[in-house]
Amino acid sequence: MSRAYRHNLNGSTLEAGALQMEIKDITLRFGGVRALDGVSFNVAQGDIHAIIGPNGAGKTSLLNCISGLYRPQVGEIVFHGGDRGDRNLVRTKPGAIARLGIARTFQNIELFRHMTVLENLMLGRHTHMSHHLLASFLYYGPAQRQEIRERELVEEVIDLLEIQAVRNKEVGALAYGFQKRVELGRALCMQPSLLLLDEPMAGMNAEEKEDMARFVLDVNDLAGVTTVLIEHDMGVIMDISDRVSVLDFGRCIADGAPAEVGSDQAVRDAYLGQEANA
Amino acid sequence: MTKFLTLTLNGLGNGAILALTALGFVLIYKATEVINFAQGQFLVIGAFMVYNANVTWGWPPWLSVLFGIASGIALGMAIERVILRRLIGESTLAVIMVTIGLASALGGVVLGTWGAEPKPRPTFIPHGRVNFGDVGVGADRLVAVAVAAVVLVAVGLFFQHSRHGVAMRAVADDQQAAMVQGISVNRIFAMAWALAGACGAIAGVLLASMSGGYGLELEAFAIFVFPVVILGGLDSVLGTVVGGVIVGLLVEYTKGYMSVDSSQIIPFAALVAILLVKPYGLFGQVRIERV
Repeated sequence: MSRAYRHNLNGSTLEAGALQMEIKDITLRFGGVRALDGVSFNVAQGDIHAIIGPNGAGKTSLLNCISGLYRPQVGEIVFHGGDRGDRNLVRTKPGAIARLGIARTFQNIELFRHMTVLENLMLGRHTHMSHHLLASFLYYGPAQRQEIRERELVEEVIDLLEIQAVRNKEVGALAYGFQKRVELGRALCMQPSLLLLDEPMAGMNAEEKEDMARFVLDVNDLAGVTTVLIEHDMGVIMDISDRVSVLDFGRCIADGAPAEVGSDQAVRDAYLGQEANA
Repeated sequence: MTKFLTLTLNGLGNGAILALTALGFVLIYKATEVINFAQGQFLVIGAFMVYNANVTWGWPPWLSVLFGIASGIALGMAIERVILRRLIGESTLAVIMVTIGLASALGGVVLGTWGAEPKPRPTFIPHGRVNFGDVGVGADRLVAVAVAAVVLVAVGLFFQHSRHGVAMRAVADDQQAAMVQGISVNRIFAMAWALAGACGAIAGVLLASMSGGYGLELEAFAIFVFPVVILGGLDSVLGTVVGGVIVGLLVEYTKGYMSVDSSQIIPFAALVAILLVKPYGLFGQVRIERV
């Protein structure tokens, strides 16, 4: 990655390594089922922080709590916004959380399927565009000048993710791998202070996975964006992440550097089953 | 031939009003997936607000029309805030029943406030005949076509280019994804209802001028909105124009060549015929759901 980009994609003002998010004792119940049961761990600025665990362990539920789509009954998630102060994300609306710079992708791709790639990416700039409804109706003038400014950053993201060729295509018609990339792009256009990726490599072949891993690393290296990602491929996890938290049946059973976690007995039990180790 | 051209011009005038009325309906459906059976009442109330300002209080026409539009916006937003926001997550049928109920309630309010007697048509829209050779058409119909064209183009551009318009499409496309982009879904819903109220008020005044005058009868015209939106597709702005023109022309042609009575039936018969061939309307999005 040699090209110099003009825009900083990282929206956080914290020093690398500083405490950015504290997940404290989060419990989420659906009726009698505990999807999350007292989960606690910290996320440091600039890390690639992986969340792993078997199916149904509560990984996506945890991301949904962070982005405000679910409201846990117990616990708090403190987000340190640097200059913008600290904020408990529990009981904060998704829109307000987005305005803090917390961007995300979804496991099953939630793109605006009937819109072009460019429109999808511009929507990632929504929180940064401030003109009101009347200016919006007049369009030419402040609204247009703002749009031209925003386009610069969007074009840089397009360049970074190598999606120039599909810029004006309708998203629903794109191949799966491209859709995953566009969704990452839309999150980056927000200039996120925290990036949440829910299985960015799911359903991909080895080559596509490698590309996606490279994009995630590039974003992290170049811009220093903190990335919390859910992933199943242990090889990828061990390669790219700085820290790993392991969930099993809604509990956080391990949290540490990839090598430590990989050799942890509880993790091996959760993943391989107890008999396998016996 | 002269008769045909005259009917065509009149039909285009009807089509313009229908397109405007349908536009309000489509905006609400597109953003919120609510089928608003009270769109006809938006026409009547918007028109009567203009009447109040213009005739009762003696305000100048431009201010009266602005007042009518503002009232339409306020009405739309109030209905969304007070009634429909509580129904988010309820079944489609429940929401439809509520808007039907709302339609008759608003109809009652109009009857109680302004009475059953129609009021004379607005004087500020020209009524004279404009002749093209030996084909004549009411000037008010030409005004209706021009106004509808301006509003429809403005709304089209708004959806294509503006931040709020694009956000509205985003909410229609995927609400969850829109929320995590920082788009306030509540605000978008309010905006859709506000725009629908504004469209209703504009269509109402134009219709009051083209038909007998301000009166509860205006809402009877709104029944044709259903063939229009179903023809054009419930979620298509372009579809409102095409559907509006088709239904507007059908009504005039059957009036001219058959009878006034059959003009109430033929558009609906055509609707059934088209739906047999294109079940999602001419421009509607085909939804394929695999379960």
